[in-house]
Amino acid sequence: MPAENPEHSVAIPGVALPGVALPVIGITLRGGALSFGDRAVFTNLDLDLPAGRTTCLLGPSGVGKSSLLRLIAGISPEATAQTLLASDGGVIAGRIAYMDQRDLLLPWLNVLDNITLGARLRGEAADHHRAMAMLHRVGLADVATALPAALSGGMRQRAALARTLMEDQPVVLMDEPFSSVDALTRLRLQDLAAELLVGRTILLVTHDPLEALRLGHQIYVLRGEPACMGPALKPDGQPPRPADDPALHTLAAGILRDLAG
Amino acid sequence: MTSNTVQNIGRSLITFGGFLAIWQTIVWATGVEFFILPGPWLVALSLAGNLELIAGHAAITALEIVLGLLFGSGFGIISAVSLSWFPNLRRWLLPVLVVTQAIPVFALAPVLVLWMGYGLASKVMMASLIIFFPVTAAFLDGLRRTEPGWLDLAQTMTAANPRANFLAGRWAALRHIRIPAALPALASGLRVAAAVAPIGAVVGEWVGSSAGLGYLMLHANGRMQIDLLFAALFVLAVIAVTIYFTLDWLLRRLLPWQPDN
Repeated sequence: MPAENPEHSVAIPGVALPGVALPVIGITLRGGALSFGDRAVFTNLDLDLPAGRTTCLLGPSGVGKSSLLRLIAGISPEATAQTLLASDGGVIAGRIAYMDQRDLLLPWLNVLDNITLGARLRGEAADHHRAMAMLHRVGLADVATALPAALSGGMRQRAALARTLMEDQPVVLMDEPFSSVDALTRLRLQDLAAELLVGRTILLVTHDPLEALRLGHQIYVLRGEPACMGPALKPDGQPPRPADDPALHTLAAGILRDLAG
Repeated sequence: MTSNTVQNIGRSLITFGGFLAIWQTIVWATGVEFFILPGPWLVALSLAGNLELIAGHAAITALEIVLGLLFGSGFGIISAVSLSWFPNLRRWLLPVLVVTQAIPVFALAPVLVLWMGYGLASKVMMASLIIFFPVTAAFLDGLRRTEPGWLDLAQTMTAANPRANFLAGRWAALRHIRIPAALPALASGLRVAAAVAPIGAVVGEWVGSSAGLGYLMLHANGRMQIDLLFAALFVLAVIAVTIYFTLDWLLRRLLPWQPDN
């Protein structure tokens, strides 16, 4: 009997099992505000990201969803918060991984070098063993040495997901991460992300109610000007919920009506 | 070499041959004096007869062009990186730099010869001065147009301790993201530089020198050796085209991810 190919085994050495050995922290935001001139996008906005849970943020374009996420990520020069704290009392900076709608892969680096970018930026030695294992997990091991231009949109977004996971942070902030790929690829990416990110504290900004209902432990809808959030919607069952569940579609239709109204 | 390249070279040779034929026909048909317009055959004979003389002068001019390119691009690259790193420096120096471009560099040639002598230095300086601005402007422009998403991503990756690591993070972003991202812009600047460097060297030689193709052309003109003047001009064109296409080839090899490749 041939030896088992270690590349296809389930447990891959060098990849931390999701949720293990990571300090699980929640995030508390109080008094978030953003305005451009006289126009207040949101004022005095509160948001809690419970530890180890996925929080989804829905809302129409321009309502300030992305700005809220960028405020927590510490990359919004305009938005401000009265309080922005981790549940263990520490700072948030340095403990988040950020994933954008665009893959943000650097076109001059191959896939492997792209997903180890964080280590290179911090002046650390890149863990190539772990990076290769991660590429196996997202199904990109064959194209590790390819430039991003040679990849399809779905593959590029998987590479971005691998880069996010390589950061191995307790908090993951995702800004419409799967909105630029086709519907089928999106469902697969959602399953993959849910599997790989389980146990982390996640904020997922999306414009797709079904995506929020599949992946979120709690879902907020942001709307109005200045924007307000209603109470959290907490669908039954554990994410990832099946995409063909009729109950989800009923809920999604309700959210869409809510967004339109 | 691809069949496409062979075809391109073939077409260029046919065009060049046709040009020579028209030139020779004009000389025969009009009976123009050889010291006004020598035919291509006469120029070829002069080139063959004065090969050693022309080669000696050509080597000096080629050296001036290459040294000018090295110094001008080198200083251009250093100044672009400095101006992008220090916003204050940019605010004070950039307007001055733009104004200096209103001064025709050729007008400085006599001064340069006066200060730096009849030798190599004044010509290298001349070529460097012409090259410096296009390289600086192109590279600085590239450095300032970095995709903001890449910088946001880098900031989340290096934000562990904002106060202690602010400079380190900025340097890492410059080195790993902004400079590589600006290399295609620098490449365009270098292509312009390669095209204008021979102008600087030859103008420098015209104003005051004892060697070089520009000197040889003036000398031949003064002694009615128009065939020699044309032969020197032909060699100058060959040098300029060779330098340009060598640099272009090199840049394409070094930046395979460049969008226009």
